[in-house]
Amino acid sequence: MKTVVQEKKTRPNRLGIGGWFYGGKYGAERYIFVLHRLAGLGILLYFIIHIFVTGQKIHGKEAWNAAMSSVSGTWFHIGEYLVFAAIAFHGLNGIRLILAEFGLVLGKPKRPIYPYTTANMRIRVLTWSMMILAAILMLVGGYDFFLMH
Amino acid sequence: MRESTLWFWHLIAGIVIIFVLGIHIGVMHLDKIMQAIGIMSAGDVLSYADVLARAKTIAYLIIYLLLMWFALYHGFYGLRSMILEISMSKTAQAVVNWVIFLFGFGLAVYGTYAIIIGYTMANA
Repeated sequence: MKTVVQEKKTRPNRLGIGGWFYGGKYGAERYIFVLHRLAGLGILLYFIIHIFVTGQKIHGKEAWNAAMSSVSGTWFHIGEYLVFAAIAFHGLNGIRLILAEFGLVLGKPKRPIYPYTTANMRIRVLTWSMMILAAILMLVGGYDFFLMH
Repeated sequence: MRESTLWFWHLIAGIVIIFVLGIHIGVMHLDKIMQAIGIMSAGDVLSYADVLARAKTIAYLIIYLLLMWFALYHGFYGLRSMILEISMSKTAQAVVNWVIFLFGFGLAVYGTYAIIIGYTMANA
């Protein structure tokens, strides 16, 4: 039997780079998704630099202290806090995304009797719970970063 | 590899990172709160002596390696997804795939080298 290799038909991305930011009239989650990616990119950039900076430990104490003093000061401290805040947001939102991906917050199927709720509305409760948790983590982290150090 | 397999590992990496990065952030950046609660002993987490003390233990060796590998995979897969959203030719897609792979793999090799050298140095 001959198998037909089907050409994958995809529509071109009409929005281009604008699609990274523009989500039209989709809900809060669509724009949280944009923030999720921005936070992810920020964390990735920090992480790449972090590998090289902390890698200096293999060159001895002087190299380590030099590396540490090159990434210190008020602005770096604020930058580190921003990375912490990005991780709190990205991680908690990520937990929601993984739960949704595996269908754990979709609810049981039932007869749609008006006024019915949709899966999106059930997920929205989780969305804002995660955002509140992230805000609490950012406050706790801010207390440690700026008031205890 | 199938896209769904790569995506599945992106999710698994995310779950692993939540736990391991949670430990890392707690120890390194919320150290004062941890000390106040009594989970950690007082001291400077960034001093060279502390760095070597951590690098010495097998638990940190495993945590650092897990965190670095999964975070690199997760981060570079995410970056790749964003870039590939832009319509481009098959050749351009292959170039993106290879550049992302080589960059991420190179970082993983360097990071693994630094972690293992750090471990042997601290135990020397």
